[in-house]
This record gives sequence, C-alpha cells and structure tokens, in this order.
Amino acid sequence: MTPLLSIAVFATLSCYAIAMALGVVRLLRGPGAEDRVLALDFLYVNGMLVLMLLGIRYASGMVFEAALLIALASCVASAALAKFLLRGEVIE
Amino acid sequence: MNGAVPLWVEAVVAVLLVASGIASLVAATGMIRLRGLFLRMHAPALAGTFGAWAVAIASVVYFSALEGYPVLHTLAIPLLLAVTLPFTTVLLARAALFRKRQDGANMPPPLSRG
Repeated sequence: MTPLLSIAVFATLSCYAIAMALGVVRLLRGPGAEDRVLALDFLYVNGMLVLMLLGIRYASGMVFEAALLIALASCVASAALAKFLLRGEVIE
Repeated sequence: MNGAVPLWVEAVVAVLLVASGIASLVAATGMIRLRGLFLRMHAPALAGTFGAWAVAIASVVYFSALEGYPVLHTLAIPLLLAVTLPFTTVLLARAALFRKRQDGANMPPPLSRG
C-alpha cells in the first residue's frame, strides 16, 4: 500500500464517518417516523460502502459477501418498516 | 498475486474513492439541510448510486490489477442496490403519503380543477 492510496482511503473513510454522523443526527432528530427510516437506510448504505472500502484497503475478497448481505438486509429492513408504517403490521 | 500495482492504477482508484466519499458527504448534507420529507428523500440516492458505483469500479480496477485477471464480482453490489433502493424508496414515499393524508393533509394538491 503506497502513501497515495492510503491517504485516499483515509480521506474517504473520514467522509463516510462524517456522513454517518449526519445520518445519526437525522435519525435521532427526524420529525417523523419516515425520516428515521430514511436515515436508517442511509446508514445501511454507508456501512456497506465502508466495508467495500476496507476490502480494498486490506486487499481481501472476504468482505464482499458481508457487503452483499448488508445490502440485502437494508432492502428487507426498509421494506418491512415501510410496510409497518403503512398498515400497522408487517405480516398480515 | 504479484503484489505490485502500477502507480496510475492507484491514482485511478484513489480518485474514484475520494469521489465516492464526497458523494456520500453531499448526500448526508442534503439529508440534513433539505426541508420536508419528500425533498429529503432525494438525497440518499446519491450515496446509493454514485457512491456505490464508484467504490465498486475502484474495487474492480484494483483487484484486477492485483490479481492479473478481471475480477468483476464486486459489480453485483451496485446492481443489487439499483434493484432494491428504488423499491424501498417508493414504498416509503407511499407510506408517508398515506399517513399524511390520514392526518388530514391535502397532499399532493390536485393538479386539475373539477
């Protein structure tokens, strides 16, 4: 890992961290329940991006499966929460 | 694996990574600063499309240069996101619209008269 790539990885990780902090602010403060679900979805996507970045940093292909699972869980969680907001229950 | 990656490949990967980080930061800023849920809903798409594609392409470039053969399986992640993110966003927007209408709000206002 040369200095160029390690500096780029550090800068990108800092950007992701600040973005996730702003997402947590929206999650805690969001006026409605939908805002919180939106912030949760954003946090899922950002966590997945962090994992893919760490996969590049450590030159490991193992984290790819974890990132894929997080993407799937994000879809299922947001769909279930939206369904809950819509109907008051998830499975009828 | 030969362990050495050319400098120009590292430069391409670095540019893509920093672009992805900036896209994610812009998305978060939009989610903080925009007024109202239906405006705010547009912002996170930037992280889910541009951010995810940039990181995935950076990963493809880096691992292809590292291993010496094309490593394409990382592209499955933005493809999966392209299928699932619009679905959940539209579902969430419909839930929000339903709940706001149930609270008595007239939204969206009708486009035509009569």
